[in-house]
Amino acid sequence: MTWWRTAWLIARRDLLVEWRSRVALNQVFPFAGIVMVMFGFAIDDTRLMESIAPGLVMVATMFSLLVLVQRSFALESEDGALDALRTAGVSSSALFWGKSIALAAQLAALQALLIVLAVVLYGSSVRPAGAPLLVATWLSGSWGLATVGTLYGGLAAGARGRETLLPLLLLPVVAPVLIGATRAVEAALGARGTVVDGWPWMGLVAVFAVVFCVGGTLAFGPLIEE
Amino acid sequence: MADMATGRTTATTATAATRTLGIVTLVGVAWLIVSGLLVSPADVNQGESVRILYLHAPSAWVAYLAFVVTAGASALYLFTKKHSLGWDRLAGASAEIGVLFMAVTLVVGMLWGRLTWGVFWRWDARLTTTAFLFVTYIGYLAVRRLGGTPEQRARRSGVLALLAVLEIPLVHFSVKLWRGLHQDATVLRPNGDVKLDGFMLFTLIFGVAVFTLMYVWLVLHRQRTLTAEDLLDDVGLEIAIAERRGESRPPDLAADVPRSDRPRPDITVGF
Repeated sequence: MTWWRTAWLIARRDLLVEWRSRVALNQVFPFAGIVMVMFGFAIDDTRLMESIAPGLVMVATMFSLLVLVQRSFALESEDGALDALRTAGVSSSALFWGKSIALAAQLAALQALLIVLAVVLYGSSVRPAGAPLLVATWLSGSWGLATVGTLYGGLAAGARGRETLLPLLLLPVVAPVLIGATRAVEAALGARGTVVDGWPWMGLVAVFAVVFCVGGTLAFGPLIEE
Repeated sequence: MADMATGRTTATTATAATRTLGIVTLVGVAWLIVSGLLVSPADVNQGESVRILYLHAPSAWVAYLAFVVTAGASALYLFTKKHSLGWDRLAGASAEIGVLFMAVTLVVGMLWGRLTWGVFWRWDARLTTTAFLFVTYIGYLAVRRLGGTPEQRARRSGVLALLAVLEIPLVHFSVKLWRGLHQDATVLRPNGDVKLDGFMLFTLIFGVAVFTLMYVWLVLHRQRTLTAEDLLDDVGLEIAIAERRGESRPPDLAADVPRSDRPRPDITVGF
């Protein structure tokens, strides 16, 4: 089986498990929604909310990322799925790519939902000129978060106390995405600056995605081999 | 070495070299305290608060040195053929001491900032990256405690230490870009520059030297206790296996099997 086909099979398997169990849809997405409502309660100022909406969207994304990564690797720890994959001789880089693709798809759907919620709850609006920037940030942000999430999720997989360890490891690492994506989305939504100002920030997110995609492809094998 | 009073045999992590190093370090620290608090003059702009620098700058230096050593030792563990656990224990010992000195740097730096700038914290790239570095290495130490064999620990934490080398420049760069957007925080006296006269500069350099010695001293001891911990785990495992074997035999044959009440190596930390 070719490397690509293996990665694709693993991505399809993860998405199929999600489609049949609907854990992300029925639990993680509503969680992200309630986080957005909680921000509304805490801030309680419609003008302020509109201007900080992009940051809130990204923070809600980060929290949901933690939950999605836990879920993604809970599947691997149950019934020794990860051991079985290794015994079957699945290449660890293909496993990394497969799980990243599945996670990126879920994150992309989640972020789309959060942007819609920001429009509905916080009064944000997408300006047509900002749409390409928004889409580019959305895609590179999803991929960057998915790769880094898979990498650190694999590190904590199967270890005792992983639920508490993962946030500690992951949140400092995703800070560049939080900063870059927030600024880019601000520009795209017109919360701050012009659309042109946002593109370098999108670039930062894209650089992050490339760095952790390469780093993860190389480092995932040694991390999950026991 | 044998304890004369009790006749018990104890292992210690000290050698003649580390003892000498320890004594030199303590004398140096004592002199640094006298020099920093009493002998050196107050600063023209900052007054007495400049004395904080004699603790702050050497701590920051040691913390960064420790993290560089951790990354280097991790790379040596991962990329040398022998995969010697000694490198892994050096990485772990260095990271622990780095986190300790990073904490000192941050706390003392905030106190200095309050006195000089009027605020505890400024969101500039250097401070923010330092805080991220601190949290990252706390995570690193947590990963070292995940359990498993020493080889698993070494590989996991080694990879993580190298990922931190990837992460920190990215964080620093993005925070720097992010700060470019904002004006600096309003502060009482924005100019925190120090004009160091000869003796102040000497005290500062002396402090860096003493703290470096202290770092080497602490790392040597900590690395030795980590080696002893790994050894103790091995011994404990052997005893447990022997006990399980003993349980499966008839009682009269099990008499000569080592039990857990057999004397274990008694390890103390001396300087």
